[in-house]
Amino acid sequence: MNKSSVAYIVSAATLIVAVWLGVSIGTVKLPISTLWNGSADATATTILWKIRMPRVVLAGLVGASLAIAGAAFQGLLKNPLADPYTLGVSSGASVGAVVTLFFSISIPFLGAYTLPVFSMIGAALTMFLVLGFARLVDRSMKMETIILTGIIFGSFLGSVLSLMIALTGEELRQIIGWLLGSVSMRGWNYITMILPFVIVGSLMLWFNRRELNAMLFGEERAHHLGVNVKRRKFMILIGGSILTGAAVAVSGTIGFIGLVVPHMTRLLWGSDHRHLLTLSFMNGATLLIICDLIARTIISPTELPVGVITAFIGAPVFAFIFYRQRKKGAM
Amino acid sequence: MLHVENVAGGYGKKNIVKSVSFHVNKGEMLGILGPNGSGKSTLLKIISGILPKTQGTVTIDGKDASNYSQKEFARKVAVLPQLHAHAFSHTVLETVSLGRYPYQSGLFSSWSNEDERAVTEAIKHTAITRYKDTHIELLSGGEQQRVFVAQALAQEAPILLLDEPTNHLDIAHQQQLLDTIRKQAVDKGITVISVFHDINLASLYCDRLLLMNNGEVANIGLPLDVVKEEAVRAVYQARVKTQPHPELAKPQITLLSDADEELKPFSVTKADISISSDYVALHSEKPLKTLSSAVHNAGMGWFRTFVNRHVDADYHCDDVKVEMASYLEGQGFHDTDTVGMMTAVTTQHAEVEEYHADFGSVIIVVTAGVGNAVDVSEALTRDREHRIGTINTWVIVNGQLPDEAFIQAMITATEAKAKALQTEKVLDPLTGTIATGTSTDSLLVAATQQGEHLPYAGPITELGKRIGHGVYDCTVRAIQAYKKAKGWTN
Repeated sequence: MNKSSVAYIVSAATLIVAVWLGVSIGTVKLPISTLWNGSADATATTILWKIRMPRVVLAGLVGASLAIAGAAFQGLLKNPLADPYTLGVSSGASVGAVVTLFFSISIPFLGAYTLPVFSMIGAALTMFLVLGFARLVDRSMKMETIILTGIIFGSFLGSVLSLMIALTGEELRQIIGWLLGSVSMRGWNYITMILPFVIVGSLMLWFNRRELNAMLFGEERAHHLGVNVKRRKFMILIGGSILTGAAVAVSGTIGFIGLVVPHMTRLLWGSDHRHLLTLSFMNGATLLIICDLIARTIISPTELPVGVITAFIGAPVFAFIFYRQRKKGAM
Repeated sequence: MLHVENVAGGYGKKNIVKSVSFHVNKGEMLGILGPNGSGKSTLLKIISGILPKTQGTVTIDGKDASNYSQKEFARKVAVLPQLHAHAFSHTVLETVSLGRYPYQSGLFSSWSNEDERAVTEAIKHTAITRYKDTHIELLSGGEQQRVFVAQALAQEAPILLLDEPTNHLDIAHQQQLLDTIRKQAVDKGITVISVFHDINLASLYCDRLLLMNNGEVANIGLPLDVVKEEAVRAVYQARVKTQPHPELAKPQITLLSDADEELKPFSVTKADISISSDYVALHSEKPLKTLSSAVHNAGMGWFRTFVNRHVDADYHCDDVKVEMASYLEGQGFHDTDTVGMMTAVTTQHAEVEEYHADFGSVIIVVTAGVGNAVDVSEALTRDREHRIGTINTWVIVNGQLPDEAFIQAMITATEAKAKALQTEKVLDPLTGTIATGTSTDSLLVAATQQGEHLPYAGPITELGKRIGHGVYDCTVRAIQAYKKAKGWTN
């Protein structure tokens, strides 16, 4: 069996285990058989299908989106420090969400979904602004231009966020809580809301897996290999932004997943994007499901924001893999 | 195969390449030369479509290059990049496989047998099979470059563009790389266009050269027609001299240094020559440009020490060169700085004389043994025989001689020697006719390359007159001394 088959099997297995743990562990312990056992306790079935399952699925989708977007951005920008938030799209999404909270906006027919919808609008506007500005500065849209434009817009929107936080009164805790990120109490509607974006964004990236491989050698090299660099770059930037915007809109700015999951996946299974994108997608889902599980159980009944846990768990795991790989490389 | 017609272009609004036209035939290797900033890399980038052109057309296989899609173009033209560092690395196999990108179509297209074959072949041709699963960042610069050659070959494009492919490579890797590319060009009829910094490498490997200057074609043609002293000097603003390659009919250039130290005057005098019972030696303060038929360090070169060694008449050795080298070393002479000859004549009979003229002086040294004299016009009928009996002649000139003057000096000296044998009535013992020399004569012409420029050394030039007279004079006296020592005369 070749290395990539092993990678897919291991990643799928850990994902399944994570889902299983995610749905069964909690204040009420649920046997996994509740899933298919129709005659099971009605409360158990309700907890599983109404509370735990949507939470696990949402965590999975958010984690997967951030991780695949991170992998694509790192490859495209040839920068190991790039993550889904590099373009500043997440800051746009955050501003959209915080504006909703700050002004307590509630559009009648949207109701509780006002926030994610505003957040997505914020993300989309930022994406067009960033790409438009980058194109204005430099028609060929070099990687440096894109990164710098992302930094400009990200920091500007970041200060808008800080301003609102500074001026806020009682909503402070709500705003900070949202910014730290959470996937709790969202329900199936949130899933149906982001699912189309996750599918479209992921496919846009996956269709460019070979192009990403070529672009690792630089745009000029990719051009010589026959890649239509301009078009492909645009597709990747838009695909990644769609994923990031959708993820941030439903869960806040959960850090670390988009930066580190691609690195871990690369260290373990190599940097061939034909596999890296899919494997990052699976591993991102796994990691966020596990982190969310820990966030809600570690000091139960109080729940921690999952964004706190991702780095708390993720950093040591990453450190371990990094250390082991370097050791192996040195021998 | 590739026609470039009146092309101009560059970065932004400034045209770095101005109106360049040329064409390359199938299977031909064209080298693009030119000083920094002459537009050679820009021209390559315009051809490969990285930079836009502001005028002109590039035609590939009879079709305007701008009408090709990106992938179609990549199936026609492969480019070998300069080495770069990469943030994330692929394995060698993954890297080479990317060369097949232009052949993949559709969203789910799969790897075909054809792709597999092309990649395997490219890896084999570049001898990187054993690194297949290694990450390229772990390879040396030379190995990495080979991986990218393999990637370009896997593209199986009929045209290959290279931008200074040998940058950062040591000479062994330069040779390896260019040999590989040259072989592909010959075996598969690939057309190669390459930018070169190194004029000698370009001359050596390319069928034709294009010399660029200020964004225009300064010259295009065979290496022999492009690598010319005046042209290179004018375009590069560097003092150079061209010389033939030792094995191929390709011109090579040598830089001429302007360092002052080389130009400090010095001269050689008769007093610099010492005679011991073992050898006659000349030690010059600075190297002399020398042309000789000596045993050790024959041919053209620069040497400081000159030794005419006495050996016994029954000297015999299987490998004379090796024995001579170890002898010189044993005597404390520097191996690479010394020209060595042999003679059976007693060194006391060496004739040394300095002849003065307006330009400076000529020193002549002759040792003559004529026991083995030969009439060259009758030599055809002779069997091989090994008898020691040698006339060794040195002509040391205080002056500057071009190569042709060295040869003229040798002719003049040889004629004078033949005349001396005639005067002395030295006979070929087998034929009984007047001899013209012996079977193992050696001749050495050396010049300080300082002072007056002496363009010719024919018999009626000032230099030739001194050589002719001096060699005749010294040879006659040396023969007389030899005869006397042998008891042939009183």
